[in-house]
Amino acid sequence: MEEVDTTQAEVTTSPPPAGGRWVRHPSPKEYVRIAVILAMVTAAEVAIYYIEAARDLLIPLLFLFAFIKFALVVLWFMHLRFDSRTYARFFVLGLAGAITLYIAVLLMFRTFAT
Amino acid sequence: MQEQAAIHVFESEHEATSTGLPNVKLAMWLFLASDVLLFGALITSYVVYRGRSVVGPYPNDVFDIPFTSVSSFVLLASSLTMVLALASVQRGDLPRMRLWLLATALLGLAFVGGQVYEFTTFYEEGLTLTTNVFGTTFYVLTGFHGTHVAIGILMLLSLFSLSFGGRITQRNSMTVEIVGLYWHFVDIVWIVIFTVVYLIPTGP
Repeated sequence: MEEVDTTQAEVTTSPPPAGGRWVRHPSPKEYVRIAVILAMVTAAEVAIYYIEAARDLLIPLLFLFAFIKFALVVLWFMHLRFDSRTYARFFVLGLAGAITLYIAVLLMFRTFAT
Repeated sequence: MQEQAAIHVFESEHEATSTGLPNVKLAMWLFLASDVLLFGALITSYVVYRGRSVVGPYPNDVFDIPFTSVSSFVLLASSLTMVLALASVQRGDLPRMRLWLLATALLGLAFVGGQVYEFTTFYEEGLTLTTNVFGTTFYVLTGFHGTHVAIGILMLLSLFSLSFGGRITQRNSMTVEIVGLYWHFVDIVWIVIFTVVYLIPTGP
């Protein structure tokens, strides 16, 4: 990890090697930090599955945890937080299409009806 | 926080394009957007038929949550090793990149192995593709995901072997990044499957 900090100091003050450019990405330390958070959220997901007292809140909590994990992977590991917004637009378009399809089919099959 | 978290890494120049973005990376994001729709349809099918099986085995009869939780941790860990491989190639450290790529492929293999074990167990417990609507939607959804993981493993092993012939270097590190995008996508799909299919309780 230390050698990365050294690299960071070098790269931010020097021109890039020929045939390339510098782009901003998370550091390896930050990748490890995100992975630890992901592991903790997954552990929390599994834990609340077994907690009887949390039954009423189980589904909202599971969706919240899944959303947090999804966002962390997409924003940091897939670099959408750092890359061009064009990539994000394409991905969000696909995601919006999938969510629309999901809701439309569930409504059609009256899945929400009691 | 972003300032502290981010570092500058080397990215190879790409051909001139009308968007100013590398076509190959844009194409991968477009592919991922279309794949989101595919998995959206498969997850929707699973949810629509959730609890509508008239014969067992039902989800609660076959699911082994502790086992699947370990598989989830394995796949999450593989996303970490994948980004570490990318960080390594971006700073020109090829030996470490190979190590992380191999670790990612092995973790992927462990995940697929777990899925094969799970499918075998379910089959022995009487759940086949045609037993009930749960079996059909479950095997199709998780089978498609497993196939994606298997393709990802082949891509990782290809990168690993290409790196020995000098085909993967710091100058074309974007190749590793693009395979990484695919690999992380497989991970986020599993995040949704693990929650929707395994953890949200269902009746028969």
